[in-house]
Amino acid sequence: MTVETAAQAAYIVAALLFILALAGLSKHETARAGNSFGMAGMAIALVGTIALAITRHISGLGIALALGAIVIGASIGLWRARIVEMTGMPELIALLHSFVGMAAVLVGWSSFLSVEAHLDGDEAGILRFEDLLRIHSGEVTIGVFIGAVTFTGSIVAFLKLSARINSAPLMLPGKNYLNLGALVAFAMLTTWFVISPQLWILAVVTAVALLLGWHLVASIGGGDMPVVVSMLNSYSGWAAAASGFLLGNDLLIITGALVGSSGAYLSYIMCRAMNRSFISVIAGGFGIEAGPAQDKDYGEHREITAEAAADLLTSARSVIITPGYGMAVAQAQYGVAELTRKLRDRGITVRFGIHPVAGRLPGHMNVLLAEAKVPYDIVLEMDEVNDDFADTDVVLVIGANDTVNPAAMDDPTSPIAGMPVLTVWNAGQVIVFKRSMASGYAGVQNPLFFNENSAMLFGDAKDRVEDIVRAL
Amino acid sequence: MIIGVLREARPGETRVAATPTTAVALIKLGYAVVVEPGAGASSGFSDDAYVTAGAELGDPLVADIVFGVNAPSPQQLDGLREHATLVSLLSPAFSPELVADLARRPITALAMDAVPRISRAQSLDVLSSMANIAGYRAVVEAAHVFGRFFTGQVTAAGKVPPAKVLVVGAGVAGLAAIGTAGSLGAIVYATDPRPEVADQVKSLGGEYLPVAAADVEVSATGYAKEMSDDYNARAAALYAARIPEMDIVITTALIPGRPAPSLLSAEMVASMQRGSVIVDMAASNGGNVAGTVAGEAVVTENGVTIIGYTDLAGRLPAQSSQLYGTNLVNLMKLMTPGKDGMLVLDFDDVVQRGITVVRDGELTWPPPAVQVSASPATSVTARVVLATKEPMSQGRKFAFVGVGALVLFLLGAASPPSLLGHLTVFALAIVIGYYVIGKVHHALHTPLMSVTNAISGIIVVGALLQVGHGDTVVTVISTIAILLASINVFGGFAVTRRMLAMFSRS
Repeated sequence: MTVETAAQAAYIVAALLFILALAGLSKHETARAGNSFGMAGMAIALVGTIALAITRHISGLGIALALGAIVIGASIGLWRARIVEMTGMPELIALLHSFVGMAAVLVGWSSFLSVEAHLDGDEAGILRFEDLLRIHSGEVTIGVFIGAVTFTGSIVAFLKLSARINSAPLMLPGKNYLNLGALVAFAMLTTWFVISPQLWILAVVTAVALLLGWHLVASIGGGDMPVVVSMLNSYSGWAAAASGFLLGNDLLIITGALVGSSGAYLSYIMCRAMNRSFISVIAGGFGIEAGPAQDKDYGEHREITAEAAADLLTSARSVIITPGYGMAVAQAQYGVAELTRKLRDRGITVRFGIHPVAGRLPGHMNVLLAEAKVPYDIVLEMDEVNDDFADTDVVLVIGANDTVNPAAMDDPTSPIAGMPVLTVWNAGQVIVFKRSMASGYAGVQNPLFFNENSAMLFGDAKDRVEDIVRAL
Repeated sequence: MIIGVLREARPGETRVAATPTTAVALIKLGYAVVVEPGAGASSGFSDDAYVTAGAELGDPLVADIVFGVNAPSPQQLDGLREHATLVSLLSPAFSPELVADLARRPITALAMDAVPRISRAQSLDVLSSMANIAGYRAVVEAAHVFGRFFTGQVTAAGKVPPAKVLVVGAGVAGLAAIGTAGSLGAIVYATDPRPEVADQVKSLGGEYLPVAAADVEVSATGYAKEMSDDYNARAAALYAARIPEMDIVITTALIPGRPAPSLLSAEMVASMQRGSVIVDMAASNGGNVAGTVAGEAVVTENGVTIIGYTDLAGRLPAQSSQLYGTNLVNLMKLMTPGKDGMLVLDFDDVVQRGITVVRDGELTWPPPAVQVSASPATSVTARVVLATKEPMSQGRKFAFVGVGALVLFLLGAASPPSLLGHLTVFALAIVIGYYVIGKVHHALHTPLMSVTNAISGIIVVGALLQVGHGDTVVTVISTIAILLASINVFGGFAVTRRMLAMFSRS
């Protein structure tokens, strides 16, 4: 047994542990074990790699720098993970994606500098001997390209999610041609680079990819962020897989492919939930064009006070709460959890109906509710509750808009037509928590607010929920 | 504006159009309430109780709005002010003389028994609230006459069989009767031409007896309609077969605006056991049973009692008045948009249009028909939406897989041997990733994403193998890459742990 084979064996074990980690994450009961498997796999992979690096005559300075970087990176990572607000989870995850993208770019550049930049060097010689030099060049550009797209795409997503830039979709003329042009340019540059690897070509490829990533995500509206984030998750996986090909490292390939395909599948689930074409999402620029301002008269909406809402809730038998991004913004999850406990203590059935794209991250609402100690077995998916609204006395719509819009089902001309929505209007009474009568992210007015059995409770969701809790 | 509450002129009427409780609600809407002295006496509400609630005692006919349970007597109508609004049960479809009389007067008349059966008007639907009470009372009246237990018992003194009850027509009254008879312990059967009520019957503990007929009905108006001869013949056969074993039959079949259908013939009544009871809740519209006398209980030659009381709801006067009064309050809420005590009649609203018999002396009866169930329309739009997304045909699926396999084959065959191993691993890992994620619970999407994010930090391995091999630039770049990837690895796992620790079961 040499260090080389031991490291390979460690990689196999690590890869299997990663698969177990993802499999474990599919159920609540096994999720924590899954995370532990992932950590174990990562530890084994790191130890194996460091051992491998030492046998490959890494310099003392090199090992010191590597360990130092790991320690610094670890402390930054652990610190951020500890202090992040659960409502800020989408931003954090988007930012972390950008790191993987950047790392992939850097790995690609390092590889170029150690191989193609020294075409007479040892490494280039070995590759040429194995007839892999040209393939290596191709892998460099592909790896750098995917990494750079992931990097700027995630940065834009991060900026939009943290409201540092306007989250409205960017509308450049001929945006699809811009994207297509970038891809064609990439293909041509790659071919050129394979024939004659030069620094400036790689630099142009990097620049094109950075611009493409920025443009892809900038042209997507904030309401579609769940899909964008999971799509970037997938891209970051592909970036890692591309680096794996570049370095001939199977562990990177396996892990990258796992993350890439699982992320793509997750995006696919999201797309189905929004009735969008998966292909158009992968290609970017699928943002909803904000519809023309509709002057249609929907009639009058009714308002309700917190006290009246409390009365309604106490006389109900069954209540469903459908939260949306507004709950996260207002940090209302604790109040909602308190309300849930109070109602359940009175013997009222309380359940949560979560739309697949509620929030800015897949599963965002679940995490927030879990943070506030809402038991997960009463937090149900759209398909699980949609048939039950008819038997429900009161529905609380907290900061959700497009995901409860009946126009998606009734109005074929609506921009969100065909998107599956929570059919809250079938319930006896709907109480909508909202700041104002402004329309949602899709820019569509919601006829639900004007229904006979709907009542609006205006104001900050957190304050209003607390008012109701007090009135109880 | 002032609301006047009449003392009912009709003999035997025990209900009143406002109770002290509903008077409070009316005053909250901005109205003043004037109650005729003694109006609530037969429902058990004293004049003092109204005064305590904030109402005044006086002549209700001077008011702008007059509430009654039944149509007022001609004398009361003569006393109404000009432009007054009368709200009561008017049964405009059955009383053309009354409608003609009302139309001669400069008043507005609203018929509470003409509320269209749409969901949002349920809170004003007097027929439903009264039918509910009447259905309960019908069972109580039957039990009173029946003279035996409803529930089956095995006692030391012998066995008592349970009573068998057949409820004809599972509308609001029928369902109330089914529930009441069932909770007294009887075995309850029910029939109805609308097959969709079978579940409702079952939910109240009754057994639904379907009539085997071709023209099953999907109700568009919320009421049953008159059935075809074929259906009636088959239903009659069913009754003839099952009625002899029944102890109690309660018929509730009413079709709005028509005489009650005749369902039980004299022969069927004659086939019942001595001591059995029939309650005909449609007696006021002619009755479902041969031999019914409206307002009375009669005993047939073979000892079957046929109860034809028309005031079943009024036999529970306090609660009937309360529910009727609440229906009126809900109507006032609908018609007082400003909550300022000003009545506004909105003819664009199908509910308000539907109940208006006379508007300022102008006859507006009958109103245009209201479709209650929008199911045909919605199913059309649903189909349009669905049609845009056709499932991929089997042939196309095979074609796609075939082309994909061919491309992969060519790619693999063209690549050098050392790359081929990596491609194999890559392809298999993609498939595994897909299947592993396939069944992920929706609530775990965020932790899943953060854990995959941590795992993709594995790119640190690549950078580790590049660092410290002579070239300074490479070492610097790789060190930065290690740093970034480490943030990912540690941050990702730590935040996943934090999130997972929060999920708890109730």
